[in-house]
Parts: sequence; structure tokens; C-alpha cells
Amino acid sequence: MNLCVARGVDVRVGQKLILDNVSVSIEAGEWVSVVGPNGAGKTTLLSVMAGLRTASGNILIGDRDLKELSPRERARLLAYVPQHPEIPPGMKVDSYVLLGRTPHLSFLGMEGPDDFRLVQQVLEQFDLATLGQRTLESLSGGELQRCHLARAIAQATPIIFLDEPTTALDLGHQQQALDRIRRLREEHQVTVVMTMHDLTLASQYCDRMILMSEGQIAADGTPSEVLDPDRLSDLYGAHVKVLNIDDHLVVVPIVGR
Amino acid sequence: MLSEKLRAPALFVGFVAILVAAGAGLLIGPAGIDKTAAIMELLDRMPFISIDSGLSQIQKNIIWEVRMPRVVLGALVGATLAVSGASYQAVFRNPLADPYLLGAAAGAGLGATVAIVTGSGDGIGTFDVVPLLAFLGALIAVALTYLLGYSSGTQRSPAALLLAGVAVASFLTAIQTFIQQQNVDTIRQVYSWILGRLNTASWDEVSLLAPYALVSTLLILMYRRTLDVMRLGDVEASSVGIRPQLVRLVVICAASLGTAAAVAVSGLIAFVGLIVPHTVRLLAGASNRIVLPLSILFGAAFLVLVDLLGRSLASPAEIPLGVITAFCGAPFFVIVLRSNKRTLG
Repeated sequence: MNLCVARGVDVRVGQKLILDNVSVSIEAGEWVSVVGPNGAGKTTLLSVMAGLRTASGNILIGDRDLKELSPRERARLLAYVPQHPEIPPGMKVDSYVLLGRTPHLSFLGMEGPDDFRLVQQVLEQFDLATLGQRTLESLSGGELQRCHLARAIAQATPIIFLDEPTTALDLGHQQQALDRIRRLREEHQVTVVMTMHDLTLASQYCDRMILMSEGQIAADGTPSEVLDPDRLSDLYGAHVKVLNIDDHLVVVPIVGR
Repeated sequence: MLSEKLRAPALFVGFVAILVAAGAGLLIGPAGIDKTAAIMELLDRMPFISIDSGLSQIQKNIIWEVRMPRVVLGALVGATLAVSGASYQAVFRNPLADPYLLGAAAGAGLGATVAIVTGSGDGIGTFDVVPLLAFLGALIAVALTYLLGYSSGTQRSPAALLLAGVAVASFLTAIQTFIQQQNVDTIRQVYSWILGRLNTASWDEVSLLAPYALVSTLLILMYRRTLDVMRLGDVEASSVGIRPQLVRLVVICAASLGTAAAVAVSGLIAFVGLIVPHTVRLLAGASNRIVLPLSILFGAAFLVLVDLLGRSLASPAEIPLGVITAFCGAPFFVIVLRSNKRTLG
């Protein structure tokens, strides 16, 4: 079943087309990563699909037009974690995760016992229970990343958009973050659409990759379909090889001659 | 336990602070009324209690018609300015925001100056024109800032609004200064108004401010959780389902209405809207759910105490409130800032 469908999406800034007639459909339960060189339009596509940026064209969430949804209705369907989320000074970890419950509360309403219970579970799931009283700015990069994901999970939406969730994390934390997303997908049956720079990691975790270039979709399919060395070399202006190690694809740069 | 549940003790401290301040404000004064008798007089007015305080009618009048309205007005002004400041800091995500940020002070100053120099400062009949023009001046200035800020750029950013506030304030201050210079005979009156005072406090002024203060404060309090969401910035706030532009508009309207009414009855009292919320944040954490209610309580207590200092230090003369708020508030704030490592927000 198609959960999120974008049809003929254009985004123009001044004279420049950032997204040029992009059409994508995301199936329920998929883990899709949007990849491509800098400036390809990955983040713009993500924020348009998350309803946070206006664009011409249509976006359907299930059978409903995104434009017809109120912000609250939209936020019950779509969660979004930007590449560099705000870190409000002095905000405690548990208060931060609790903000994810906002779309489920009545207008100007406060959290009830169910919200507190759910957030407590999410904190435990993300190994944040002991950090609940700490302020966000006192956390390490890996812990912060868990907080952002935890807030999105507390939002309890069927789709989560993550803009480069592994930026600023070391190799170990990158893998741990992606392992956690994999577990979350299994436990919460959530559809994940994320942008990634690391093609190797993206290919090893995601079901499907969308390769973008200059505001258009250059390739869309399974990692092995999309990661064609010639195509990558052409689009990225780099020399790369795609190796297969134990049935995992590995994209490696080769010094050009 | 989740942070959001730990609120009762802090609120209790706030209530104690306001009771202590009000008690001091009611019992201390140049009339030298016996404090025990004054306490008995206060208790006498409580339901189901009847005590003879032994005070003369004049002494009773001093308590009920001079000190009480002054304490109540001081508490209302302090609470309104502090909660307005806290809400401005939240919607603009700027720790330097205060209730006068969008030109309210300059507008009120211009309004009051016009009223004073045109001679209507003493009132037309029994009607006092200074508060009315100050109130209108403040509201018009904020409205002008809002229109200017939101029509100036393609990006409806809070920064454009802040810059528009600077422009409007400078423009109105220029006009106010010009009018003042042209009418040097009233400069002392204007100056005294600008520095803020509660010495004219009466029940009339209380009833003028109370409805606005109440509506403004309640509205801001209703948005206390939403203002925590606003701390995530417009994009993320929008991603969890709120409309940041609309929230900003409602909160600015509420805070400006309260500020305009407070300024109208007390003149320009600086620093309260800045110092009180930040002190509360440093002591009780940054969540607006606690910062807003505590700012109301501590703002009220702070201004009542400051007013008490202002009328006691050089008694029977009075030191302008704005001078005391800055003189006491700034060093106190520095002490709190240095003794606490928490970040401002």
C-alpha cells in the first residue's frame, strides 16, 4: 500500500529549480534512503514530503492530500527530525521527549498519565531513562541523537523523516543509530524515509534507495540497482568502485587518474 | 519521575515570597503605624474574624486606601511585566527580549509626553489622560512594529520583527524627545513618568490595570506548554503540529496588552521583565510551565519590595522605581548568574 505519494513536485527558489517535477511513492513499512551529491535536493524533498515546506504538485498521505490536513493532523502522521535539531538551553531530556506528544493533546492541553507512561517507555527503549533529568546540552553527540529519535518515536506516527541522522556521529555510533532505527521499525511498524551521505551504510540498512541529482530523481530501486559505479562516478564527479563483501555492498572511492 | 511533575514546591516558595512582600509593604511606611495593630486591622477584614485593632480612622485609611492599593498595584505591575518578559523571551527565543522590545515603552512614552505637554496631564474633568494616551501609544507602537516586521521580508522571521521594533522605538523616541525639548517646562513631569512610580497608586488605577493584567496573564499561562514547544524553533514546532506564527501573534498581543496597561499606570519600570524570568530560570529550570507562573509570583513580590525600598530609603522623599529596579536588580542578577552554572534560555 502506498503510504506517501508525491506527484510532480516543483520547488523554486528565485530562478533556480531546487526540485524539478519529482514524483515518488513510499510504501508502508519501507525503509527508504534518499542519497545524492550536495545540493541535489535531498533535504528539500524530505521537508516537502514532511509538509514543512510549500511546493507545487501534490503530496498524498494515505488517501488524504497533505494540504488539506491541519498541522496537528499532519503531525499525527508524520514525524520529522532535521539534520541539526534545535537544542533549547536548559531543557531536560524527559521534557524534550515529552514534546513529541504535542499533536496528540487537545488545543492548549497538557499531557495525561498515558502520555507520561508512553514517554517513560520510549526513554527506556532508548536507554535514556537514567538521563531523564539531564539537560540536552550536557549530553554527548550519540546521546543527543537518541533524544531526537526518541522525540520522533514519542510522536507515534506511521512515517518518520530523518534528515541525515548519522551526521556528526563516529563509526560506532552511526551503526548503533541505524541498528536502533532497524529495531524501531520492527517494534513500531514505522516507515522510515531518510537522507544519507554514506552510500555504504545506506545500502546495508535500507530496502530502497532514491538517488537524486540536480533536483531530479536519477535512480530509484534496491541498493544493488541504484549503486552502479559508472552512474555514481558520473553524478558525484568522483571515481568510485562498488564492492560486494559477504553480500553487502561497499562503495569505495578510488584515487582518480 | 518526569521533570514536568516537579512543580508544587517551587510554586509554594513563590506564594510565600509574595505573602512576605505584601506583608512588608502593608506594615512598613512613614506613618509609623503600630505593626501589631496593623496586622489586627488586616485580620479584622477577613471573613468570620472580628478584632478591634485600636487604630484611628486615619490610620485605617492609610492602610486600606494608601498602602493596600499601592501593594496591589505594585504586585499587578510586577507580575504583568515579568510574565510578559518571559513570554517575549519564549516566542522570540531570545534571552534579551523584554516587554518593551517591540516599541511599547517608546509608544507609551510618546503618549504620556503628549498628554503632559498639552496640559491634559492633570486630567480633563475627573478623567486622567496620561494613562490612556500611554496605553494607546504602547499598543499602536507594537501594532506598527508587527505590521512593519511582517511586511518587510519574504521570510516571516522573528528577527525581522525585532529589527522593526528597534526602528519603531527609535522613531517614536525621536518624536518624544523633540516634543519634550520644545516644552522644557514640563520636562520634570515627563522625566518622573519615564522613571516609573507607584506613588499615585489608588484603587482607580488598580481597577484600570486589573482586567488587562488578568486577561493577558491568563492567556499567556494557557500557552505555557506551547511556549515550550516554540523553544524548538519554527520548523520543529511546526513538525509537532503547532502554528508558530499564530502562537507568536497571540502571545505578543496578550503580553503587549498587559504591558501597555502596566506602563499606563506606573510609567516605565525597566528590568523587571528581564531580571525576574531569568532569575526564575536559573533557580527553577528553563521550562515555561514553571517559568511563567513563577515569574508572576516573583515579579509581583519583587516590585512590591522594590517599591518599599523606593519609599523607605530616602523617606519621606521617594526614589523612582526604575532607578531601584536597575540598582538592586542588576547586582542581584549578577550574583544569581555567577552562583549558578545553568544556561539561560
